[in-house]
Amino acid sequence: MTELGSLVEKVRSKNAGPFWLTIDVFCGNSDVFTRVAALPTARIAALFGVDPAQMKRFDIAELNVVKVSVPRPVVQGTRADRDMHGAAWGCLLAELEID
Amino acid sequence: MRKLIDMTRVLIPTGALGLGYDRAALALGVANRPDIIAVDGGSTDSGPSYLGRGVSKYSRGSTKAEWRELMQARAEARVPLVIGTAGTCGADAAVDWLFQITEELAAELGQKLRVTRLYSGQNATFLAKALVDGRVTPLPAAPPISADILAACTNIVALAGAEQIQAALATGADIVIAGRTTDTALIAALPLLRGDHAGAAWHGAKVGECGAIATTNPASGTIQIDFDARGFTFTPLGATARATPYTVSAHMLYENSDPFILHEPGGHLDVTAARYQALNQREVRVEGSKWVPGPYTVKLEGARIAGYQTVALALLRDRRYVENARAWADDVITQTRARVAARLGLASDTYDLEIRLIGIDASLGALENHRPLPAEVGALAIVTAPTEALAAEIAKMANPYLLHHALEEDEPMPTFAFPFSPAEMQRGALYEFCLNHVLHSADPMAPFRLVVTEVGND
Repeated sequence: MTELGSLVEKVRSKNAGPFWLTIDVFCGNSDVFTRVAALPTARIAALFGVDPAQMKRFDIAELNVVKVSVPRPVVQGTRADRDMHGAAWGCLLAELEID
Repeated sequence: MRKLIDMTRVLIPTGALGLGYDRAALALGVANRPDIIAVDGGSTDSGPSYLGRGVSKYSRGSTKAEWRELMQARAEARVPLVIGTAGTCGADAAVDWLFQITEELAAELGQKLRVTRLYSGQNATFLAKALVDGRVTPLPAAPPISADILAACTNIVALAGAEQIQAALATGADIVIAGRTTDTALIAALPLLRGDHAGAAWHGAKVGECGAIATTNPASGTIQIDFDARGFTFTPLGATARATPYTVSAHMLYENSDPFILHEPGGHLDVTAARYQALNQREVRVEGSKWVPGPYTVKLEGARIAGYQTVALALLRDRRYVENARAWADDVITQTRARVAARLGLASDTYDLEIRLIGIDASLGALENHRPLPAEVGALAIVTAPTEALAAEIAKMANPYLLHHALEEDEPMPTFAFPFSPAEMQRGALYEFCLNHVLHSADPMAPFRLVVTEVGND
């Protein structure tokens, strides 16, 4: 078991407009990509507390990128929002232990 | 790359006016004889307050300093200069703010200019009728809306596409100051007008909208894109910046929920079949992107006031309080709420009091799963109430607890660190985005307005 963040080049989380968050995992090479792409969607969705059915996932082998997009649990900038730019979400994925 | 007659060269000085760029790269871009200079002025990424208030995020001084250099670059290149989403939010007031800066600069620089303003502001009554007629429809994850919610918005804007920028250019403008536009439209407009490949126009615009982010040196800012009948060529202008098939293709991921599809007014871009080719060490050629026409819609954004906030920050350094910070904070909330009920007679659901623990879980809340104990904890108390006065009053009622509240009744009174006097900070209005919808409009120009003005003197 290894932390995902120690294997990949970068985990980037950003808003995709005020109502969506998108997290890009730049794996760097195909070996790491294969390990990250093996992550079950349900496990990623659970990290973010979202319904897996609402999550969009793109495993892009040509770029060695795994991308997930989720509706923001709280809309950007509303009273309950803690992270205006969606910056901290990627940390949850970076700290995930993977095989 | 040498410029050919049947290509459109777009110079993009920076990802956003106010972010800065490499001056030498901009000078090179001007020397390369662009057909247009296009720069983005904003986005929703910094939150709803800017749209709600109709103001810029960046300082007036920074904006004026960079806009001065772009106006000088325009005069040298003798081509139109276009800015989209002026003043961060693209509200009408933000367009006028940049227009006033432009007037000042025209006088200071001795430039005589035709300046065309493209206004994107929308009328709530008109939209309420369009909602009833089924011409305002929701996008995925849209909140419910009504005529009342539309009327409560302090600003509503529609995102202009290429057609509206083209209409602004057709006025013979030296400078176009556009309100809210899609990030891509201001780059795609001229290539589309000149009949370049539509898929390439939108795809190149998406890659270029953040300036040099799609290169190995994002801070260099300035890039150039050549559009033609078959594709586009992406050229970074910073001395050390390089574009590769990887940096260019990966940019479709950026702030986009789907990396292959991009929705725009009047259709969508599909890059599934795009081919990326390195022309040399630093330039990339892209062909095979596809534009898929659809019904003409423009996206709407609106912001309204959702209350007023006062915040206060206390710092817990004592180890026992660090260990028990959540229980302490919950207790402070309970005690304050009891006092607010007793002394102000306010029902508990008429206001909100929250304490976020910086150092524990302030950025992720319940999703946080990493819990080592920090040396200290910042207790950020946030009061949200229907009026500014009430928010301040409730925060002041919390003050004695934030300063002295003890975990146990029988312990000596503790005191916590306050970084400021006064302890309370009034944040003013809390705004929230309340639209994620599109407006269907057979005539692209119908929801927008152009104003043409001659400014400055020789």
